[in-house]
Amino acid sequence: MLDDFFIRALVAGLGIAFVTGPLGCFVIWRRLSYFGDTLAHSALLGVTLAYTLEFNIALSVFIISSLIALILIQLQKRTNLPGDALLGLLAHSSLAVGLVVIGFLTFIRFDIMGLLFGDILAVTTEDLLIIWIGGPLILLILKLIWKPLFASTVNYELAEAEGLNPDRAKAIFTILMAGIIAISIKMVGLLLITGMLIIPAAMARNISSSPQSMVIYSVLGGLLSVILGLFTSLQFNTSSGPSIIAASLFLFILSLVKIKQSIKLKN
Amino acid sequence: MSLNQNILVKLKQAGFRINGKWLVKGVSLEIEKGKIVTLIGPNGSGKSTTAKIALGIYKKIDGEVEKYTNKVGYVPQKISIDWTLPLRVNDFMVLTENLKDEAINEALSLTGVIHLKDKNLGDLSGGEFQRVLLARAISKKPDLLVLDEPVQGVDFTGEIALYELIKKISDELNCGILLISHDLHTVMSATDHVVCLNGHVCCSGSPIDVAKNNEYKALFGEQASQILTRYKHSHDHIHTNEGEIKKN
Repeated sequence: MLDDFFIRALVAGLGIAFVTGPLGCFVIWRRLSYFGDTLAHSALLGVTLAYTLEFNIALSVFIISSLIALILIQLQKRTNLPGDALLGLLAHSSLAVGLVVIGFLTFIRFDIMGLLFGDILAVTTEDLLIIWIGGPLILLILKLIWKPLFASTVNYELAEAEGLNPDRAKAIFTILMAGIIAISIKMVGLLLITGMLIIPAAMARNISSSPQSMVIYSVLGGLLSVILGLFTSLQFNTSSGPSIIAASLFLFILSLVKIKQSIKLKN
Repeated sequence: MSLNQNILVKLKQAGFRINGKWLVKGVSLEIEKGKIVTLIGPNGSGKSTTAKIALGIYKKIDGEVEKYTNKVGYVPQKISIDWTLPLRVNDFMVLTENLKDEAINEALSLTGVIHLKDKNLGDLSGGEFQRVLLARAISKKPDLLVLDEPVQGVDFTGEIALYELIKKISDELNCGILLISHDLHTVMSATDHVVCLNGHVCCSGSPIDVAKNNEYKALFGEQASQILTRYKHSHDHIHTNEGEIKKN
C-alpha cells in the first residue's frame, strides 16, 4: 500500500501534523514565527549541501538549521542589533547563499519549486521512516521539557527562581524546531513550513481556553489540513505545501466564525 | 557546611551591576527557617535586585550567594503575562509544580480567590491576580518564600488579612520568608529582621533597632521612625549615581 505515492504523502503529512501541532503552539506563545522562518530559509543551504555531498537531506537540513540557531544566539549576545534584524539577516543571507550554491551545481537538476513549496511525489519510504521515528522522538522530548518550557514561556523569572532551568529548555526547544523543519521540508517546502506551524495553532487559539486544549485543537487542525490539502493537491495537481496551508487557512477562517457566534451569544 | 542548619539562603557582600552601574552592592543577609526578613528602602534602592540575587535569577554577581534549598515560591513585583496564552487560574497554579487538586483549592481558599479557579487569568483584576500569585507561591509548600510587594493593589482589609496569612504561613510551614514591603507598620510589627537598603545596606537588625537608626530616619522621615521610636538625627552621607557612598 505504501507503494502508492499518495498514500505515502498522506502518511508523511499526518506524521508531520502530530508534531507541528504542539510545537506550533509554542511558536505562537513565544512569538517565534519569524524565528521559524529563519530556520526554514536556512534549510535551503542544508538541501544543497546534501546534494553536493550526497548526504541525507533531513539530516543535513537539521545540522544547518541547528547551526544557524546557534549563530543567532551568539549574535544576540555579541551585537546590539534588535532580534528581528538579526533574524532577517540570517534568513535572507542563508537563503541567498543556498541559491548561489545551487547556481554552481550545474551537474544536478534541481526542482526549485518542489524545494520551496513541497512535492508529494518526492516522499519516499525512507522519508516516512524518518518522519515516523523523528516525529515521536521530538514529541517525547517536548513532553519531557514541557514544564520548564511552558513555565518560562509564561514568565521566565518565575521559572528560573523556582529552579526549572529555563535556559536549557529553550536550547532544547530550538533544536526540536530544527528537527521538525528537517523532517517536513520535502512535504511542505521551506517557504511554507512556518505556516504549517502557526496557522493550525492560531486556529486552535481561537477556540480553546487552556494550553492543553489549544495543543489538542492544533494537532487536529493540522491533521485535517493535511487531509484536505493533499486531496486538493491530487485533484487539481497543485503543489502539496500551498494546498495544505490553504486548507489550514480555511479552518482558521471557520474558527473566526465560531468566535463571532460566541460573542453574539454573550450579548 | 553552614554552622547554622536553619539557614536557607545566605548572601555575602553580594552586588549586581548592569553596564558598570551598581544596582545594589555589599549586601549580606541570611534567611532562616521560620523567620521573616524584610527589605525596605526607597524606590530604586535595590530591593527587588537583592531578592533576584537571592533567588539566583541574576547569575553574574559580585560576592557570594549560598542557597540551601530548591523548594522556592516567588511572587515577583512585576509580572507581564502574554495573553496569547490561554491560561486559567488553575493552569497557572500548576505552572512550576504538579499539585493535587486539594493543595490548589487550599491555597486559593487561603488567599480568598477559590471562586476564580476556572477564570481566565487575563480577566482578573490587579488585586485578584495578586492573590492568585500569592496562592501559587504558597501552594507548593516551599522552604523559602520570596515575596516582592505581595499585596500591591489589594484592598485595605485584604491587605491586613494577607499579611496575617503570610505570618501564619511562616509559622505553620516553618519556611523562611524574604519580604519586600512599603508598609512600614506591617514591617515593624510582623518581621524578625529588617534590612534597610539604599543601594547598599544602610542599616539592619530587629525592627526596633532599625527604627532607632539615623539612616533609616533620613530615608523615611521622622514620621516613619515614630512608628516605634522617637529618635532624631540626620543623614551623614550621600549616594552618587554609580552607587558610591560619600561622607558629607
